[in-house]
Amino acid sequence: MNTTLNQPTVISSANEPQWLLDRRTSGSQNYSNLPVPAAKDENWRFASVLSQDIHAFKPAPMPNDDAIQHALSHSTLVEDPIAEFIFVDDHLVQSKPLSKELVDKGVCFVSIDEAIQKHSDLLEPHFLKESTRLGSQKYFGLHASAVKAGALLYVPKGVEIDKPIAVYHWSNQDKGLICPHTLIIAEAQTKVSLIDVLASTTEENQGCNISVSNIEAHPSANVYRKVIQNFNSSTLSFQLDSATADRDTQLENIAINLGAAKARYENQIKINGSGAHVTMYSLSVAEGTQEFDQRTLQTHNAPNSVSDLLYKNALFDTSRTIFSGLIQVEEGAQQTDAYQTNRNLLLDQRADANALPGLEILANDVKCSHGATTGNIDNDELFYMLSRGIPHRVAMQLIVLGFFEEIIEKLGSDSLAENIRKLLEQKFASKIKP
Amino acid sequence: MQSLEITNLNVSIGGQPILKDFSLNIPKGEIHALMGPNGTGKSTLAKVIAGHEDYEVTSGEILLNGESILGDEPDEISLAGLFLAFQYPLEIPGVSIANFIRAAKQARLPENESINAVEYYKELYDKMDALKIDRKFTARSLNEGFSGGEKKRCEVLQMSMLEPEYCLMDETDSGLDIDALRIVADGVNLMRSPERGFLIITHYQRLLDYIVPDVVHVMYDGKIVHSGDAELAKELETKGYDWVKDSFVSSTAQ
Repeated sequence: MNTTLNQPTVISSANEPQWLLDRRTSGSQNYSNLPVPAAKDENWRFASVLSQDIHAFKPAPMPNDDAIQHALSHSTLVEDPIAEFIFVDDHLVQSKPLSKELVDKGVCFVSIDEAIQKHSDLLEPHFLKESTRLGSQKYFGLHASAVKAGALLYVPKGVEIDKPIAVYHWSNQDKGLICPHTLIIAEAQTKVSLIDVLASTTEENQGCNISVSNIEAHPSANVYRKVIQNFNSSTLSFQLDSATADRDTQLENIAINLGAAKARYENQIKINGSGAHVTMYSLSVAEGTQEFDQRTLQTHNAPNSVSDLLYKNALFDTSRTIFSGLIQVEEGAQQTDAYQTNRNLLLDQRADANALPGLEILANDVKCSHGATTGNIDNDELFYMLSRGIPHRVAMQLIVLGFFEEIIEKLGSDSLAENIRKLLEQKFASKIKP
Repeated sequence: MQSLEITNLNVSIGGQPILKDFSLNIPKGEIHALMGPNGTGKSTLAKVIAGHEDYEVTSGEILLNGESILGDEPDEISLAGLFLAFQYPLEIPGVSIANFIRAAKQARLPENESINAVEYYKELYDKMDALKIDRKFTARSLNEGFSGGEKKRCEVLQMSMLEPEYCLMDETDSGLDIDALRIVADGVNLMRSPERGFLIITHYQRLLDYIVPDVVHVMYDGKIVHSGDAELAKELETKGYDWVKDSFVSSTAQ
């Protein structure tokens, strides 16, 4: 059953626990005091995202009915979610709660707002506790000071949820700031899948997103988290993601990046137990003057675990991408398998793909690889397709979609994969000329 | 007029002449074999006919059913009725055989029509069965990780799905073991029709044991130097290409 909320919940700091007030204050200070990142910072090499003036963006009031209706009718990417939240400008406008059966088992899926009031004990060990290590500490600070939207998903030991949970975040107000937060706590022997969708209600509103997600995967937990970023081309976006994987966990991250003027994506995973298997996949389509700036960190603190990263970008026009990744294998993390691959497909000579792969290995018995390739469409491949009568435009589409298929097929849901293919086709339609 | 007709074709690459006053006429209903040593211009001929843009055509004509196709885009030439089975089929990551052939068939329909999926898959499966291609291959990326024989069978599958009027087969026999050779030959023989012409380019005679040609041409240094019936292929196999050089080339040498 869907509930449309007429009365927005109002955040009142007076009702917040002290630990949270402290973290908000510290965030606020970090935002004010930390310098704007400079191009000489290693974590910001090649990035131009830092030139944006974040101060101009403010949290927006409750949107009007038209905006809400637009958001509700377009929140369709995930078919048949088991539970769902839809936020517009950080206001929860619709929720589909969990089934009674799952609630009775102790599963908790509540808005951050509600979690602050009712589940302080679940939040305190993790919520806003650790900032990013990948450069956006200043912006994490702003998020910490302002966050009220998003979801807490808590899955108690032994509970498996087969269908995905969906959370939509819509940016609506011009100069509006949204700070979505996703916290997934998966206790031992659990299975859960959550999909975040970030988008804009209009083509014009210039929004700013600073979203943070955090996954805590306890022993033998299976956690699948997908995030689809499809803001309009005026929006500025920061996604600051982190995950901690304990013993024998399966953790899968997939990021689909299509929108925003400039999108900074930081994703760090930490493996603290043996037998963990962590994957990090990303697909980005850059066009016009878009910039996708991606920084990743795979830290292995425990032996016998696997992390596998594959980031693929297709670049049109004068767009830019930056991939900077680091694999850190700590002393004692023997028998680690860690991989990092970045592949860029340049569809315009003016586009610019930068890759900075890196390794830091303190253990002596590991299998690690990193690599980056940047290439154009192969003319022989194109000739082969044309020689079958396939028109140039269709051939290009097939080649670019084919390039991404490796990521799309990992989405694990036929309907979501099909919806993502459609989004990609829409994006190419205007880009690939006959 | 119902023929693929090449007249006095001169083609260079990087200023180096490859085809020299090359002429050949393949009427519908006939299978022609083009044989010759490596480096004599056979594959260049196939690519030029199919519209590859890397070659410089300095003079001559290529007419498909009387219409010039020289200078046309490869997709236009394909839609006009020509099919080239590649010597080295390309691997297309992430594009399944089913989607690839479907896009090619879709291109043959009027804009507002789309493929009937049920009929399409029935036809695809029937033709895959005939070529002994596992049905599971439909979902696999085109040619990616295929063996040499699988790639060549996939070329013949595409050819039979697209039903061209003229088929150019560039060294389709290379890399095939005897079983695969038979399967490929059966596939071609099934397509043999008064409405279709074939040019089979090959270095060896063995494919022609299974696909019996109407005419055999011997190519040397950019042009056809001798033509005959199916027996010529056998003679060539016994006597070797030196025989061609001695009998037909030295006499015409300047």
